[in-house]
Amino acid sequence: MWQFFHKLGSPKWFFGISTRFMPWLLAGGIVLLMAGIIWGLAFAPKDYLQGNSYRIIFIHVPTAFIAQSIYIMMASAAIVTLVWRMKLADVFVKAVAPVGLALTFLALFTGAVWGKPTWGTWWIWDARLTSMLILLFLYGGVIALDRAINDEKSAARAVAVLVLVGVVNIPIIKYSVEWWNTLHQPATFKLTEKPSMPAEMWVPLLLSVLGLYLIFGWLACIRMQTEILSREQRTRWVREFVLKGRV
Amino acid sequence: MHPIRKKRLTIVLFLLAGLSVAVALTTYALRQNINLFYDPTQISAGEAPVDVRIRAGGMVKEGSVIRDPDSLKVEFLVTDYSASVPVEYVGILPDLFAEGQGIVAMGRLNTEGRFVADQVLAKHDENYMPPEVAGALEKASKAEGKSVTGSVKPASY
Repeated sequence: MWQFFHKLGSPKWFFGISTRFMPWLLAGGIVLLMAGIIWGLAFAPKDYLQGNSYRIIFIHVPTAFIAQSIYIMMASAAIVTLVWRMKLADVFVKAVAPVGLALTFLALFTGAVWGKPTWGTWWIWDARLTSMLILLFLYGGVIALDRAINDEKSAARAVAVLVLVGVVNIPIIKYSVEWWNTLHQPATFKLTEKPSMPAEMWVPLLLSVLGLYLIFGWLACIRMQTEILSREQRTRWVREFVLKGRV
Repeated sequence: MHPIRKKRLTIVLFLLAGLSVAVALTTYALRQNINLFYDPTQISAGEAPVDVRIRAGGMVKEGSVIRDPDSLKVEFLVTDYSASVPVEYVGILPDLFAEGQGIVAMGRLNTEGRFVADQVLAKHDENYMPPEVAGALEKASKAEGKSVTGSVKPASY
């Protein structure tokens, strides 16, 4: 097991293996996301109370869900950086932070667009919306801190500590709607119970969540590859890759 | 595992545990500020301050909405099914406002225990269903003498 773990730490090995997965991630992601969104926006039944405006859930929930799970992945990678000093873990954190930032922004934006016709307001300082805004600032902070430190190793450690400190915000986002009174409604999907919507609504929602996950996987791979190439530009394998076009 | 890595892992885990305890205590101490609104039970128990801008939230009690025919003034009771607070509001209500629906109102509690709102927001729950299903449920529950939105999950306003 440890052997596999150490192999995973080799940027060259990751570069080779990810190239093989990437077309599948992209193709699967596009198919699932298109299916989920088209089904959700055009064919799923409308809601008895909100009519058609609830349909933004098919974009809002996937972006919000994946924005949070990217942060959990970043925190796991941060532990690996701090304990094992593995370069690839740091490459991952740097590669996906802007993706997380973009998805958090989309979640907040679609939430505001949804909030105006249903609640009657674009924004309210309730626990769920505020903790999600803090997540946006955390992503921004991670990117800024990384850019601010020139030395690669000290940047990696500082960023890892910041990511770990911020991870306490994730359970707060998740449980804010249960611990406190909020305007935001509780989660529709729960791990232990049936979703509180019929299958013709939750199946397309699940498809778009899975599709966005795959697209995130593809984005993570391609951004990590770019970061690896720029970091390892002086090594022999990168020079050979640039000349021959393969590892 | 290498002893130095074990040591680092312990430090990281202690950092996380300490941080979680600190955040948990802080949010616990600030819970009344983090709560978006007072519910009717708290207001009728006198926990909400009088003549300070606060929010009140709950369900609009069925059959309690009185609209003034000459103006935009509305009066209704907000309830959590154990206590009710009278609310008055002048203005345009959100589309989702209806009897049996959840709302959050911003305004001041006056000395007579009436809540004078200057903003009313609609709150909806996490249950979504097609109109035909909701209609069928409504019919079924009317036979039992209950309303559907109230009976799905009364505590989720």
